[in-house]
Amino acid sequence: MKIENSKNRPLLEVRDLSIHFFTEEGVIQAVQNVSFEIYPGEILGLVGESGCGKSVTGLSLLRLIPIPPGRIVNGDITFDGRSLLNLEEKEMERVRGNDISMIFQEPMTSLNPVFTIGDQIMEAIILHQGLDKKAARERAIEMLDRVRIPSPDKTIDSYPHQLSGGMRQRAMIAMALSCQPKLLIADEPTTALDVTIQAQVLELLKEIQREMGMSVMLITHDLGVIAEIADRVAVMYAGRIFEYGPIEAIFGKMRNPYTRGLMTSIPQLTEKKDRLNAIPGQVPDPMDLRVGCKFHPRCYLMIEECKKEEPPLFQVNGDHFSRCIRWKECC
Amino acid sequence: MAQNNFLIQVKDLKKYFYKEGLFSKDKRPIRAVDGISFSIRKGETLGLVGESGCGKTTAGKSILRLIEPTSGGVSFRGQDILGLDREAMRKLRPHMQFIFQDPYESLNPRMKVEEIVGEGLEVHRIARGKEKSRRVSELLEKVGLHPQDAQRYPHEFSGGQRQRIGIARAISLHPGLIVADEPVSALDVSIQAQILNLLMDLRDQLGLTYLFISHDLRIVKHISDRIAVMYMGKMIEMANSEDLFKRPLHPYTQVLLKAIPKLEPSQRREKTPLREEPHPLPSDQGCLFQPRCPHSRQRCQTEEPLLLDEGEEHLVACHFVS
Repeated sequence: MKIENSKNRPLLEVRDLSIHFFTEEGVIQAVQNVSFEIYPGEILGLVGESGCGKSVTGLSLLRLIPIPPGRIVNGDITFDGRSLLNLEEKEMERVRGNDISMIFQEPMTSLNPVFTIGDQIMEAIILHQGLDKKAARERAIEMLDRVRIPSPDKTIDSYPHQLSGGMRQRAMIAMALSCQPKLLIADEPTTALDVTIQAQVLELLKEIQREMGMSVMLITHDLGVIAEIADRVAVMYAGRIFEYGPIEAIFGKMRNPYTRGLMTSIPQLTEKKDRLNAIPGQVPDPMDLRVGCKFHPRCYLMIEECKKEEPPLFQVNGDHFSRCIRWKECC
Repeated sequence: MAQNNFLIQVKDLKKYFYKEGLFSKDKRPIRAVDGISFSIRKGETLGLVGESGCGKTTAGKSILRLIEPTSGGVSFRGQDILGLDREAMRKLRPHMQFIFQDPYESLNPRMKVEEIVGEGLEVHRIARGKEKSRRVSELLEKVGLHPQDAQRYPHEFSGGQRQRIGIARAISLHPGLIVADEPVSALDVSIQAQILNLLMDLRDQLGLTYLFISHDLRIVKHISDRIAVMYMGKMIEMANSEDLFKRPLHPYTQVLLKAIPKLEPSQRREKTPLREEPHPLPSDQGCLFQPRCPHSRQRCQTEEPLLLDEGEEHLVACHFVS
C-alpha cells in the first residue's frame, strides 16, 4: 500500500515492520506488519489506545527497543534513503538527536533532574554539532526563546523541578530541536499537561514544524489532538494499522469500525446527554490474540468471515486505506 | 434554614495547607480551597471542573471529611456534618461515598474482590457471611462484572474492570451522594465511554446524586446538570451545563472551552489568547486569573471579584462580565 507521490519521496518509510517481545509467559506481538510513510514537512499522527503498539513503533525508529526481550522479527525502516536497521550502533548514535529526535510524555522523568536545562540542551549541541561551549550556550538560549520560554537567558540555568509541566515540555522540545532534526517523534507530548497548556504546546509544535520544514510523528491516544495538527493519520489496534490516510478523509468519512468506535466514544459538546456509543468489551490480551481480525469480538459489523482470516488493508480511495472487509458499509 | 430538596449544601469551604519547618521562608499557607459555596439537589449531578492544582479534588475530599476542612460549612440533608464527632460521622458515611481516580491504587491488592466490595457491609453491620456474598454478587452484576469475580484479586483485572469494582464498592451501602473524583481519567477512551454509561445508568436506577470532578469538560458536560468551574481554589463560574457552554462568561472558562481539541479538522482553532502560566503562589490582592487574562484592567489587580448571579442561575466572578 505504498503511496506513490511523484513530487515527494518519503523521508521515512516503514515496511512490514513486526516487533515481538519474547517473555517467560509467552510472545507478545506488539507490532505486526506495520507499514507507513512520512513525507518531508508533514505531521503524521499515530493514534490508538493502550497496548496498540504505537509507542513501540516510535521507539523502534530510533532502535530504542530493548533487545532482548524485544526483537524486530521482520521489516525495513528506511530514513532518507538509508536502512536504519542495518546501521552499526555507532552510526545509529549519530542519527539519534541529530537527524531524528524524540520527546516523551513525562518531561519530569525524561529530563535529568541534576543538570540544568542549559546543560542538557548544550550537551546535544556540542555532541552533534561540534560547537564550543560559548557558541553552544548562545544557540541554547536561541532555542529556548524559539519555544517561547520567558527570560531564556535566566531560565537556561534552571533545573527541571523549578519549571512547570508546560515549561518543561517546551524545554524538552528545545532540546529535541537544537540540532535541527529532519524528523521529530513526539510520544504523547501533551497527555500529562492541562488542556490550556496542551493547546499552547501543540500550537508551538505546529509553528516550529512549519518554520523548520521538519516532519513530525505524533503518537497519541487523543483523536482531538490529531484533528488539531496532523496532516495524515494511522489508527492502530492490537499492533496493526487499521486505518490510514489524510485526516480530511478519515475525519470526514471513516471507513473502519474501530475508528468509528473511537470517535463515538468521545462525548461531543453539541450532543444531547444520551448514552455514549461505547465499544463493548476490551482490548485483547496481546499474548492471546484470536484468529481472524483482531477487532472482531467487539465489532458491530462482524460476520463469520471476520473470524477466519486477518483482512489486508483495502484501498478506499487514493491514499486512504482500511483493514476491514466491510469497509464499504462503514460507517 | 427551611429544608428544601438540597441533599448537600457547602458554604464558604476552605482548606489551607500549612507548611511546617523552621526553615521555610514563606509562612503563607497553600490555599487549596479558598472559600467555595454550592448546593446539590437530590438526583442532580454537579460537575466540578478545573485544571490541575485548582483544588477540585481537595474540595471533593473535604466535603466528605476525608480531609478535614479548615473552615466553612457542609450540610447533608439539612444537618451540619463538620461539627459531628467521630461516631456520629461514622454512622453517616454509608450515605456519602467516594469513587477514586486511580483504579490501580484504590483497591487493596491483598484483598479479594468480595472483601473489597463487601467491607462496608461488614463494617457497618449490614450483612455478613452468606447474605454479604449474595449482596456482593448482585453488586458485581450491577456494574457489569461476574459473581465469580468475587473470588479474584485486583491485579487480575484491567483498569476499567477495577474501576467497576470501585463503583460496586461505592454503591454497596446505598448512598445518597457519591463524589466521583476523575473516575475515568486513567482509562482508555473506549472504556471511558463504558464507565460513563454505567455511572449514568446507576444514577437513574438508584436515584443517586453526584459530585463529578474532572478536568475533562467534554465528559463533565455529558454527565452533569450543572457545572462549577474552579481556578486556584476559587469558584469562578457556575451554571447549567447547556448554558455554560453556550454562554461562557468568565474569560478563563472561555479559554478552557477554546482549548478543547475539536474533532473537526476544518474547525482548527485560532491562537489561544492566554498569556504566561500561573504563578505558583497567588498574590493576596485582586483577581487570581488577572496575570493571564486577556481582558485584565486596573481594578482586577486590586479588587477580588465576587461570585454574582448574572441571571438564570448563572454565577460568575469577574469585574467585567458583559
